[in-house]
Amino acid sequence: MAQVSLNNIRKIYANGYEAVTPTSFDIADGEFVVLVGPSGCGKSTLLRMVAGLEDITEGVLSINDRQVNHVDPADRDIAMVFQNYALYPHMTVRKNIGYGLKNRKIPADMIESKVQEAAKMLNLTDYLDRKPSQLSGGQRQRVAMGRAVVRDPALFLFDEPLSNLDAKLRHQMRIEIKALQRRLGVTSIYVTHDQVEAMTMADRIIVLNEGRIEQIGTPAEIYHAPASTFVASFMGAPPMNLIDARLADGQIMINGNTALAPAQGTGAITLGIRPEDVEIHDDAPIHFHVDIVEELGAHRLLHGQLADQDFTIHVGKDVAATPGATRIAIKPDCCCLFDPETGKAL
Amino acid sequence: MKRAGFTTTWLPILLLVPQLLIIAVFFYWPAVHALQSSFYLQDPFGFGSTYVGLENYTDLAQSSEYLKITRFTVVFTLLVTFFSLALALLLAVKADTVIRGARTYRTLLMWVYAVAPPVAGFIGLLMFNQSWGPLTDIARAIGWDFKLGVNFNDTATAMVIVSVWKQVPVNFIFFLSGLQSIPKSVREAALIDNRSASGRFWDVTFPLLAPTGFFLLIINITYALFDTFGIIDTLVKGEPGNNPMTLVYKVYVDGFRGNDLGGSSAQSVVLMVLVLALTVFQFRLVERRIHYT
Repeated sequence: MAQVSLNNIRKIYANGYEAVTPTSFDIADGEFVVLVGPSGCGKSTLLRMVAGLEDITEGVLSINDRQVNHVDPADRDIAMVFQNYALYPHMTVRKNIGYGLKNRKIPADMIESKVQEAAKMLNLTDYLDRKPSQLSGGQRQRVAMGRAVVRDPALFLFDEPLSNLDAKLRHQMRIEIKALQRRLGVTSIYVTHDQVEAMTMADRIIVLNEGRIEQIGTPAEIYHAPASTFVASFMGAPPMNLIDARLADGQIMINGNTALAPAQGTGAITLGIRPEDVEIHDDAPIHFHVDIVEELGAHRLLHGQLADQDFTIHVGKDVAATPGATRIAIKPDCCCLFDPETGKAL
Repeated sequence: MKRAGFTTTWLPILLLVPQLLIIAVFFYWPAVHALQSSFYLQDPFGFGSTYVGLENYTDLAQSSEYLKITRFTVVFTLLVTFFSLALALLLAVKADTVIRGARTYRTLLMWVYAVAPPVAGFIGLLMFNQSWGPLTDIARAIGWDFKLGVNFNDTATAMVIVSVWKQVPVNFIFFLSGLQSIPKSVREAALIDNRSASGRFWDVTFPLLAPTGFFLLIINITYALFDTFGIIDTLVKGEPGNNPMTLVYKVYVDGFRGNDLGGSSAQSVVLMVLVLALTVFQFRLVERRIHYT
């Protein structure tokens, strides 16, 4: 159990590249925090700095009020699950799981019982004497989890642990990891580029872009009130619609004179609307032209043009849709306004 | 998995012919020839030969000189193999952690690889020169009156040093690439699991290097037994009498200096059997204990 605190943590590589700009946030005891962002946004670097695998160029990192900037990775009381599992190929599952305990001077019978316990929890009991090469991807993933769990650390670090699994297994492991973390109550930092993983697993999401924090918030906050156009377009599939609009006469106007929704202010804005926050009515005020209907079973995506700008609408399977002209209305209080210059929320 | 194969039988045979031809001409034919002449006593001036049965072999078995050379060869091979592997591993582990100027270090360490054995031997001659060799000076500084080509042990020491020096770069290249093929994340996982650097090396790095090490063990034993010929020949040139020599060098000395082709052939056959036994032993016993991913 641990609180983690990052205070102006910064990373500059030897070649002068600034991978992480000064970044601060705190993680509460038992919290599951997900760092999400596109590749190269600095999320893995940040995690590796917490693990002690990368040096921290500037700033203070504390785990449980102890500054750990220069503490050896083995002495930080952390456990890490790697993207490619990083199992020791020459050791059996039993030795893989027990290796960290063996080096911490824990008696052999105690190691054995802890390994057994972890193996039981992860359904690995039958595989303890196998080598990693004799296991499937999902089982290897479980061994990597077991290696982390068995140590009973203060902090779990996950570096894209599910990205090497197929879609079905990923879905299943997502739930298992979340359930395991809930049960053990261990503070966790989880890095992913997959916004679905971030939304479903996190207590709190930290969205990163180009080494900066774009937004910190609960999944609902991030989804419904994105702090910038970057967050709006990164989180959600399909992403939030972003169209040029302007404010005039207490209304959001597009295409000169079509009023979309009431809002105060004047001048040009970028308007963000989630695809599912739109309704189709024959007598609705806004013209929408459907070009392509994407059939997804449980729902449909209608891709088309709104005031000559690309726009996507998400409708339920009970709403019939055909390409061509139709009319839509925007649900009340569903518009996000952004500054068209900076991309920040207004 | 479906295996790709040839549809006709003559094409694979045709493709194998050049290789088989080379092996036949340069290995099987001389080997059969050696086996045959080991049962004869050749006239030194080439006027024919007499069948003597196993006499060449019994002579060898009773020769105290041959026994002495065998003993020296074993010690020499063990020393050269051990120090070549150990030094190369040490250098590779150290070079692997170098970040700044890594390329320069590695190139410098591999350089010696390009030196031919006789040239290495010649450089050794210069380094150990009686009056002005820098290594002789160093030995003298610690009170060791180093006499290459005169004192048996001094010559043997020089042989081992030059042979090791020549072989380290080859081992270094293989160990370094072996180290670099260990996934970075596996080493990082070990970093979190074990705070002791030497513990990590022996528990994780070394076992994962074992396939490379096993391959190099065979290469190095073969090198020490056979390929050191050029170095030994240069270092003891003209004075093989009281100087140390290996079994392979003795084959040459007896056969071409002493004109005892029969005895020399018998020695070659003994060497062939030795190599065969060694290879079988290594593959049967050692390989089974080594993890291949």
